[in-house]
Amino acid sequence: MPKMLMTGNAAVGEAAIRAGCQSYYGYPITPQNELTEYMAANLGRRPGCAFVQAESEIAAINMVYGASVAGVRTMTSSSSPGISLKQEGISYLAACQLPAVIVNMSRGGPGLGSISAAQSDYFQSTRGGGHGDYRTIVLGPGSVQELADLTHHAFELTDKYLIPVIILGDGMLGQMMEPVEFSHEAPEVPPVRQDALRGAKGRPSRFVRTFTSNPPDLEEVNWSLFRRYQLLQKNEVMWENYMTEDARLIVTAFGIAARIAKGAIKQARANGLKIGMFRPITLWPFPGEQLKALSKKTKFFLDFEMNMGQMIEDVKLSLEGAGDVSFHGRPGGVIPTPSEVLRVITRIYYQKGLS
Amino acid sequence: MKKVFTRPVSLKNAVFHYCPGCGHSIIHRITCEVIDELGIQDRTIGVPPPGCSVFAYYYFDVDMVESAHGRGAAVATGIKRAYPESIVFTYQGDGDLAAIGTTETLHAANRGENITAIFINNAVYGMTGGQMAPTTMLGMKTTTSPFGRDGKLEGHPIKMSEILAQVEGSCYVERVAVNSPANIRKAKKAIKKAFQNQIDGRGYSLVEILSPCPTNWKMSSVRAWEWVDEVMSREFPLGVIKDTTGKRSAD
Repeated sequence: MPKMLMTGNAAVGEAAIRAGCQSYYGYPITPQNELTEYMAANLGRRPGCAFVQAESEIAAINMVYGASVAGVRTMTSSSSPGISLKQEGISYLAACQLPAVIVNMSRGGPGLGSISAAQSDYFQSTRGGGHGDYRTIVLGPGSVQELADLTHHAFELTDKYLIPVIILGDGMLGQMMEPVEFSHEAPEVPPVRQDALRGAKGRPSRFVRTFTSNPPDLEEVNWSLFRRYQLLQKNEVMWENYMTEDARLIVTAFGIAARIAKGAIKQARANGLKIGMFRPITLWPFPGEQLKALSKKTKFFLDFEMNMGQMIEDVKLSLEGAGDVSFHGRPGGVIPTPSEVLRVITRIYYQKGLS
Repeated sequence: MKKVFTRPVSLKNAVFHYCPGCGHSIIHRITCEVIDELGIQDRTIGVPPPGCSVFAYYYFDVDMVESAHGRGAAVATGIKRAYPESIVFTYQGDGDLAAIGTTETLHAANRGENITAIFINNAVYGMTGGQMAPTTMLGMKTTTSPFGRDGKLEGHPIKMSEILAQVEGSCYVERVAVNSPANIRKAKKAIKKAFQNQIDGRGYSLVEILSPCPTNWKMSSVRAWEWVDEVMSREFPLGVIKDTTGKRSAD
């Protein structure tokens, strides 16, 4: 199939439709509007599909909850302030073990923040986000192609584990155009989950709930979630090692920051510096063992993020003291250039005596 | 021997947890009678809220999904749009529908979502212990309006039915009560019509039900029934507020 030139936002929409997503609920917010618009134009009128521009992000995530209860593949998208509003619904989805895909084309914060790309929502995404003891699967794509591929993967994962999946993109990934290839055709008959609520026909009535007046029952729900989180950590981590074989300094970065760092690393290599990169693709579960394995090759790490330092906590936890971790970050929606990152890499490389 | 009275098929054989004199158990029963009479038990999905009726799924023998507080209309929208063959109803209290869920309710009605809302108005937050609701009467003492609700400080009893009747997408809005056998019969008729409208694809229907809460009103059950007539239905007049179904009605 030929490559298409698309924005990241549109690519997510197309990939979702091809993954059998049958319903999308959204609310306008920059920088992800192209995705909502894509679904309005391309999903809403498909037979058996639904598109609603909701009255709020809260309503949108609760429509997703309803659609998921009814057994169809469903998605919503927003950007940082709107994702905060969705947290109530995400907590309920997690509690009820209902699949859903939630896209965050994140922007600078806190507050209304800026509309420029940022990675300030790492904590919110990887620590559950709403109230209660739960996690979501968090995917951190680094290109438009990866956005498309991970969107498809997100629907598979959420159905397999019955855990909501967050696709943590950013304003730049959502807005930029790149060639993209789709590996799947939309299914003729979209899947409907076996445990859907569609009326008690030929079976006893069922209910889906979160509230219980008996704490030990809730504890059992929590442990059952926890066991699935352990399975995820064992089976579903994704990461990329880039030029780590002989690296003396390894940059850790995710998403668009990794893309920027890659440019800097190529230049550093051309300058004769032995730099590599470790890029987590699943931000939760975090590929901690895979990162720790790299500390056998070098002790020196530089964490680079477009925030004040959030993933660095997972980097340090994973290394368990086996590495010397420096940090460079730009919060607020400021987008650093590869040459800025190159300067930081070079300074640390010589300061640590790695030449 | 001829059986003249029995439990509706779609009402489970369970003991209600509701207080003596509470309207919920009556409303549960008549709603289940309607579901039976319309023959829709096997395609009905109910959406109960947090609040006293949070355990409605222990009583209704239909598929049910608990909604977050106030979000029933949005959840129902998601279900109905994903599976249009279903019959979806929300079961919401006054705090749920008229305070925290006002936005979701109003916009679901305005979109003409083809769903049915059963709106229980008992003028207090019941499950949390009798706090002031958006529908609390002026002068009425609750745990959070201990000096009596003052309109200047705490606002006025909100008339959601009249508001929802204003939007184009609602097809039928009626206010009823369950404080006498005659009123209970009228309430059942209204609920039946609200479900029939959904079967006929007419859009958003809402039945507001004035329902006694003797516990939090601090009254006997008999006095609570009287109070619905003497006080509540003066502020919230009973009757059809909107009906666009007219002669096109199936019955």
